[in-house]
Amino acid sequence: MSTLPPSPLRIEDFKSEVAPDWCPGCGDYGVLRAVQSAAAGLGIAPHELMIVSGIGCSSNLPGFVHSYGLHSLHGRSLPVATGIKLANTALTVLVTGGDGDGYGIGAGHFIHAARRNVDLTYLVMDNSIYGLTTGQTSPTSGLGMKTKSTPAGNAEQPLNPLTLALASGASFVARGFSGDPNHLAELVKLAIRHRGFALIDVFSPCVTYTKLNTTAFYKQRVYKLEEKGHDATSLTAATERAQELGERIPIGVLYAVERPTYEELDPVLRAGNPFERPRGLSQELGLELLAELG
Amino acid sequence: MAGLETTVGFSGAAGDGQAAMADALALVVARSGLQLYAYNSYQSVIRGGHVWLRVRISQEEVETHGDRLDAVVALDAEAMVRHAPELSEGGVVLFNSDKLKADGLPPGRTPLPFPVKALAAALGPQLAVQQNTVLLGGLVFLLGLPVEKLVEALSKQFGKKGEPVVALNVALARAGWEHAQKSFAPLQAAGRWVLSEKRRSVMTGNEAFAMGAAAAGCGFYAAYPMTPATGVLHWLAPHAERCGIVVKQAEDEIAVANMVVGAGHAGARAMCATSGGGFALMTEAIGMAGMIEAPSVFVLVMRGGPSTGLPTKTEQADLNQAFGASQGDFPRILLAPSDVLDCFRTMEEAFNLADRWQLPVIVLSDLLLSEHNQTVDPDRFDFRFRIDRGQVVREAPAEGPFLRYRITESGVSPRAFPGTSGTVFQAGTDEHDEKGILISDVSTHPPTRRRMVEKRARKVGAALRELPPPVLEGPAGAPLTLVGWGSTRGVIREARALLAARGIEANQLAIRYLVPFHEREVAAILAGAAKTLVVENSSSGQFARHLRAETGHAAAGRILKYDGEPFTPREVADAVEGFLRAGGQPGYRHVCETPDASPVAFPRTRS
Repeated sequence: MSTLPPSPLRIEDFKSEVAPDWCPGCGDYGVLRAVQSAAAGLGIAPHELMIVSGIGCSSNLPGFVHSYGLHSLHGRSLPVATGIKLANTALTVLVTGGDGDGYGIGAGHFIHAARRNVDLTYLVMDNSIYGLTTGQTSPTSGLGMKTKSTPAGNAEQPLNPLTLALASGASFVARGFSGDPNHLAELVKLAIRHRGFALIDVFSPCVTYTKLNTTAFYKQRVYKLEEKGHDATSLTAATERAQELGERIPIGVLYAVERPTYEELDPVLRAGNPFERPRGLSQELGLELLAELG
Repeated sequence: MAGLETTVGFSGAAGDGQAAMADALALVVARSGLQLYAYNSYQSVIRGGHVWLRVRISQEEVETHGDRLDAVVALDAEAMVRHAPELSEGGVVLFNSDKLKADGLPPGRTPLPFPVKALAAALGPQLAVQQNTVLLGGLVFLLGLPVEKLVEALSKQFGKKGEPVVALNVALARAGWEHAQKSFAPLQAAGRWVLSEKRRSVMTGNEAFAMGAAAAGCGFYAAYPMTPATGVLHWLAPHAERCGIVVKQAEDEIAVANMVVGAGHAGARAMCATSGGGFALMTEAIGMAGMIEAPSVFVLVMRGGPSTGLPTKTEQADLNQAFGASQGDFPRILLAPSDVLDCFRTMEEAFNLADRWQLPVIVLSDLLLSEHNQTVDPDRFDFRFRIDRGQVVREAPAEGPFLRYRITESGVSPRAFPGTSGTVFQAGTDEHDEKGILISDVSTHPPTRRRMVEKRARKVGAALRELPPPVLEGPAGAPLTLVGWGSTRGVIREARALLAARGIEANQLAIRYLVPFHEREVAAILAGAAKTLVVENSSSGQFARHLRAETGHAAAGRILKYDGEPFTPREVADAVEGFLRAGGQPGYRHVCETPDASPVAFPRTRS
């Protein structure tokens, strides 16, 4: 998929000194590898990459990558990342977290980040459970799913992050699977190269607190959109595919369109990277502004 | 204190146009070498609701809206009933006699009718709001202000609507001016002003914050609209391009604060402003700024609380919230400017403190300070702020890894901006070691935890040593010391002048730095004071308690006001006198009340 020249960077260049502390078999290992592989493949130097996360098992990911990272607050990774990107548009900003972080406590920010179209790549490791807090229901838990907080079965309809993103105006919506890290790495590359907000909802099973959405469960069901044929510029087609969650579940790019990014529409950002701009006011300009009030 | 002065009140329903009238009058004053202080007691409705806007005009600088009322421009019946009785001896009421009657004015107050329809008949059919321009013309005559300055002000105000609208308004104003000249005697102050071509600007505290932020090199401003902080956004948004500031309205205050902390971490000078309710939503992000040591500036413009409270009224009761914003112990700096020029200059200090000490700086204001209008002298504005980014590492260290959270004596660890080659690091809201590696999950390490807490805490002690301690203002040996913070500085000064005229000597201590607190210096000053009274807009005396907690000094009395209106000098002076009359014993608590002279209730419920 990539048309870039071969990158001198390797996955090893993105390994931090901290070893991942996820449970053995956790889906997040595959996501980590995909992120490292995508960054290496795109030739983004570690110092040019900023990974922002919220709180949760998957939000520990930035600590395992050799790049700039910020492990922020539960549910707040998107506004933190937005502030970072709008302060220095030269950075490649990747946002990671889980389904509780992004679709529960952070749901409001998710909708607005999608319609705002700031150039961010948002990777949600979706395991349909709150893992770090030892197994409570999440916004993507299935109806009837028994968890510690729903012993009688989850009584709420699960949220569909893909249709929500599409309805919110996201310009890039994809689904990945941690059980296929090479495919996921290609998706991450596409998402990073996409200008604007890009969501990848990644099936990343929890091996400890759910016996339902397992790697084997997804392996049996997922198929690749690009193999089957799909028009990723059609909102209707994307919305249809996004609702395919039964015996066959699509992975790949559901929707990708070009539309102006926030950075392209904001007059101050259009004038250049604000990080490079000289700061402050001259006395002349200051007095001119003051005179407007007199 | 103010020398020659006169105060005009504009009153009517919201939407009647009194703010535009007051703005035009303010321009006339500001361009005539005079000064003003204007305060708008408005309600949170777009149309309807009662508005009471006072403009105090004076030869010298004034710091409050004062206690006088020399003229009322009454735009509706409620205005007539409510405010005409508040007029000082010799006061006048201007009104459209086609619509209103001035019955039952107290003796010594003069009704000045303007038959607007007849006066404007030659100018063709009029909109109702254009009665205002006629009254304004009359007012300018009565105040003895130059009518050509009113022509300038109207041209500026209506210029966007085209020349015919300007011409019509100028003609209406002249008609009002001529009517007043023929029919009425000018007010006492008229003819005694020393007028000049000196030109001042008319500015609110919010505009001063915004301009100060621009001068301080703020690169990112995020906001969610909330009264009374919105004025900062309303100045910055249309000036964003010229000042090079990314101005972002976000979905809520949680997003605002998190964007600000993110931008601050990335190297921008970042700021937001809000009021108490929005600030409540920002608190978790403020803790993040403390933990990851991201410079960030939060302007908290207080209004009446709790909860939605009084959206358009002033109070100083968010102090406890600012002290306690976010969980855990972490350093923050809280400072409170006291006037409009100070709001401007405080931005230089706030951003430098945030960058130098790498922490959240909370600037406390209130509705009075942020929204009142005041003339300011451009000669006192130096926009060339010193921009001190603190300790920034711009390249890889010569040896060893880059330690973002290096333990240092001052507590400040040199920081690197993401994007810098060779200083890659992780920041985390979990407790972390010097490299930024989390110690919270797998290997919680008590000694590291303790060292990091202490490292961060050292920053405030070090910062305090650089902040100038407060100074006692007024006669050193006075038997009374009035203590206040933030916006009450001016009203306490003027109250002291009133007290002096009554033979009571008092000095004052105005606190600017709430956190960290100059406990030793303040304790020493108060130990030398005979009797102290705290003056604050809070019912529980949040500041008095803070003062006691920091210094052990219990003030003898508290002068409080929490009805939504700001203190007036006379209220404070009377309360001080009351304290003395009561024997000056500890435990004095006086609550100031805004009088409502209206004998009639104006219920908003349907009957």
